Amino acid sequence: MKAPSFRYVRPTSLEEALDVLAQADGQAQILAGGQSLMPMLAMRIAAPEILVDINRIPELAGITLENDLVRIGALTRYVELEKSSVVAEHLPLIARALPHVAHVAIRNRGTIGGSLSLADPAAEMPACALALGAEIELVSKSGVRSVGAEDYFLGLYETARQPDEILAAVRFPAARSGSACGFYELSRRHGDFALAGAACTARVEGGALKDLRVAMFGCDDRPVLAKKAAAEVERRGTSPEALAAAAEVLAEDVAPTDNVNGDAETRLHYAKVVFRRAVAMLLESTRG
Amino acid sequence: MDEFVDISLTLNGRPVRRRVPVRQHLVDFLRTELGLTGSHVGCEHGVCGACTLRVDGRAARGCLMLAVQADGCSVETIEGLTESGEIADLQEAFVARNALQCGFCTPGVLITAAELLGRGQPMDRAAIRAFMSGNYCRCTGYQAIVDAIEATLRARLERAASTGDGGR
Ligand SMILES: Cc1cc2nc3c(=O)[nH]c(=O)nc-3n(C[C@H](O)[C@H](O)[C@H](O)COP(=O)(O)OP(=O)(O)OC[C@H]3O[C@@H](n4cnc5c(N)ncnc54)[C@H](O)[C@@H]3O)c2cc1C
Ligand code: FES
Ligand code: FES
Repeated sequence: MKAPSFRYVRPTSLEEALDVLAQADGQAQILAGGQSLMPMLAMRIAAPEILVDINRIPELAGITLENDLVRIGALTRYVELEKSSVVAEHLPLIARALPHVAHVAIRNRGTIGGSLSLADPAAEMPACALALGAEIELVSKSGVRSVGAEDYFLGLYETARQPDEILAAVRFPAARSGSACGFYELSRRHGDFALAGAACTARVEGGALKDLRVAMFGCDDRPVLAKKAAAEVERRGTSPEALAAAAEVLAEDVAPTDNVNGDAETRLHYAKVVFRRAVAMLLESTRG
Repeated sequence: MDEFVDISLTLNGRPVRRRVPVRQHLVDFLRTELGLTGSHVGCEHGVCGACTLRVDGRAARGCLMLAVQADGCSVETIEGLTESGEIADLQEAFVARNALQCGFCTPGVLITAAELLGRGQPMDRAAIRAFMSGNYCRCTGYQAIVDAIEATLRARLERAASTGDGGR
């Protein structure tokens, strides 16, 4: 369980890091918190020629509130998000999701950019990014581009990021007054990757839910917006019976396959459970 | 051929300089190069917590950090925490309550528990279990570990309430 040999570089500016990536011809891999990459190296799932340690690039970290957007630098660690008053106030969905991400020692090192880059289908941050309609900032030598979360997650551990790009930051719309969120996940033990989970946001108007967005994770090969089921909730209302009926439509939104967590049928059942519970928690939060 | 890099760090309060292979993780460095065998190597992929140590004041998995990444950092191990007396009360509680059997998990458990105690917040047993969820113990069944942490936390909070020093 030892990492293979690699060349190690530790740039101190984004510019320098981009130069290395540009010259590496796809043979370099970025090391952020290392909480996924180090195990991948130990298991030899990853064997890059060059390891680009971005931990000493200060411009990649930090949380700022600009107008109605919260911009979070890729290198911002989970523990910083947990402690941030901006996150607590303006990104309540993220605040709710954070305690479910791994364990204390891993949250002390792991970064939001690492999670969004890895794109584990059962991870919490990608699902929150999708539910909130986040924009992902990708930087390369040729400039900066923004990709909406819906176009960013392409498949199993697959994203729109190109090998010469660094995920520099993610921008979330700050929660507006009248908006609400819910988060629920099933896992075997606290901190384990989810068997299934749902992260949702909506506007509440006169007791009804509008613009309900439910991002399902651990239910498919990537985080997925349950558009059909959310539309059913808006159509049928929010009684427990209506939510249960809406959840029945989930098979049209997500396509779980057999895996170590269960067969496809069991996993679809988990999806229905977390969908109902996350939306119920959203409703609960609006009752104060 | 392995690439080597010179690093300097503060280890348990003392300066250390060494040349390390870049692919060596921090626990292997501490154990094989410096003879500090208190940090254990269990799974080597981030799951068990036996390698937990402290980097710049926070608990971290020693197997998920390269030694070269500790360059310029302050690293504390169970040896350092024991020497400073910071967790003497916690260690006594572990002995008193039989919170260790083989002891393989214990250094990592103690360092995570030290972070819990350092927050100076009251916590119920469920919150203690959630906080400790990243440290596996194959012997005790956790009950005694939670007992020992709970007792130490309560004692520290009581002491802090009577002296007003915030639980540290
Ligand atoms: C025991 C254990 C339990 C865990 N449980 C959970 C869990 O419940 N939920 C969860 O979400 N995660 C969990 N994780 C994973 C953890 O959240 C990781 O921290 C996270 O997935 C990756 O972030 P990182 O900063 O550590 O990235 P790294 O491990 O450094 O990198 C991950 C990948 O992203 C790439 N990368 C990193 N940063 C960038 C960037 N800025 N631009 C481009 N590419 C980049 C790397 O090259 C690598 O391929 C767990 C990990 C462990 C060890
Ligand atoms: S040896 Fe590091 S977590 Fe198991
Ligand atoms: S005491 Fe043996 S593993 Fe915990």
